[in-house]
Amino acid sequence: MSPRRIYAIVLRQFYLTRDNATRTLQIFLWPFLDIVLWGFISTYLEDVSGGEFIAVLLGAIILWDFLSRVMTGITMTFFEDVWSRNFLNIFASPMSISEYVTGMVVSTIGTSAIGFVGMLLAAGVLFGFSITAYGLLALPFLLILFLGGVALGIFGVALVLRYGPSAEWFIWPLPAVVAPFVGVFYPVETLPYWMQLIGKILPPTYVFEGVRAIVAGKGFDVSSLLIGTVLGFGSIALAYAFFVRVYRRAIRTGLIARYSAETTA
Amino acid sequence: MSVLEVVDLKKRYGETEAVKGISFSVARGEIVGLLGPNGAGKTTTISMILGVLEPSSGSIRIARHHVQYDRTEALKATNFAAVYAQLPGNLTVSQNLHVFGHIYEVPHLEKRIEEVMQEMDLKKFEHTKSGVLSSGEQTRVTLAKAFLNKPQLLLLDEPTASLDPSSAQLVRQKIREYAANGGTVLWTSHNMHEVTDVCDRVLFVSHGTILLEGNPRELPQQHGKKDLEELFITVAREPLSLSD
Repeated sequence: MSPRRIYAIVLRQFYLTRDNATRTLQIFLWPFLDIVLWGFISTYLEDVSGGEFIAVLLGAIILWDFLSRVMTGITMTFFEDVWSRNFLNIFASPMSISEYVTGMVVSTIGTSAIGFVGMLLAAGVLFGFSITAYGLLALPFLLILFLGGVALGIFGVALVLRYGPSAEWFIWPLPAVVAPFVGVFYPVETLPYWMQLIGKILPPTYVFEGVRAIVAGKGFDVSSLLIGTVLGFGSIALAYAFFVRVYRRAIRTGLIARYSAETTA
Repeated sequence: MSVLEVVDLKKRYGETEAVKGISFSVARGEIVGLLGPNGAGKTTTISMILGVLEPSSGSIRIARHHVQYDRTEALKATNFAAVYAQLPGNLTVSQNLHVFGHIYEVPHLEKRIEEVMQEMDLKKFEHTKSGVLSSGEQTRVTLAKAFLNKPQLLLLDEPTASLDPSSAQLVRQKIREYAANGGTVLWTSHNMHEVTDVCDRVLFVSHGTILLEGNPRELPQQHGKKDLEELFITVAREPLSLSD
């Protein structure tokens, strides 16, 4: 793997984000709006019921938004090539698939980290939320969510590569499809048994169960964190294998070559 | 020594055979024109050489590296420019060249970018977004990217299609200089005067096979035609009349 080719993808994303106000703004705007909305909902619920809603609900939305941002970062990097009809230039170069995917992942570290810090600041200033309430567990929580977001992003990108740019609408709701199974806002035990089974193989489930356990003053099993981490890496491996399979099919059928040629004005 | 070796290359889409066993090689310093009517199999062949289309059978070697099994090394020795593959319009000329310079691992990148911008007369557009340039200027940016890594093999798919005569002349001159310095070019074009002027050899492709091969300045007379354009029209309309 060539670090320079990975850097090329990161550099391209840096140029695009730095030089375009709308791209810079979207890193902060949606997370900020989420914080405002869920912050007031949490405040209201705390007022009427006295529960720890800021820590549980607002904390959950910050963490869930982090995962969504990671997924969006991956897919946006790919979409830049779709929108600018750059497929042929990228895939007819020495760039390997693993370098391209690694470039997408590294690119998203910066944007998702900046967005996350922005959310923490907004939640802290406006609603007194502090992630230190989760203690040192915050770090493995973030790692698991990052892995989950990367897996979801690579899976989404593979779908667009398989079904074409018109499949774009299909990938934006992916986090919303996953959310009910991982118990972002409620314990997984609330779900029907079949949904619990699905939830147990999804890495973010272990994060949100952990958040609730900590806020409730209960201990959290370290083995659950390990399971979440292993599932995170496993889901990336599965998503990557799916992407490679779709890419090989595109090479066989000529889809990659036509992706540019057919869209030439 | 051959820089590009294509052996019995075939591409099938279901029942349709787009390329039917093409074999050819291109030597170091040679400019070869790949000619033929629309749908003859030229772009399919170029796509397979660039590794973005898997052949049904056959082999392609670039600088002795097998494209299918040693793709990265083969494509490090290659670059291309095509009318249907402009560089991202939302990056400036300089940014595009930096990004692709890293992709091709170009040594002394800043110096090399200065050189290709000078060569393609792009210095004044250095900080201009590629997308706002005219189509001819964008083609020059694409060509600058194609020359960036000093490739052993340069694939050009109608590189002068959107250029004015002055710019086209500049590009032809650059390509001749590149070949004179040992570069190898595979060129597709529908401009037969240009092909006659630039190419050392041409391959006429029709219905997925190489129908004719030879010097573009001698081939028309060998087949009783006035010039390459007349020969091209015959290839497109009555290929069977030439198959012997």
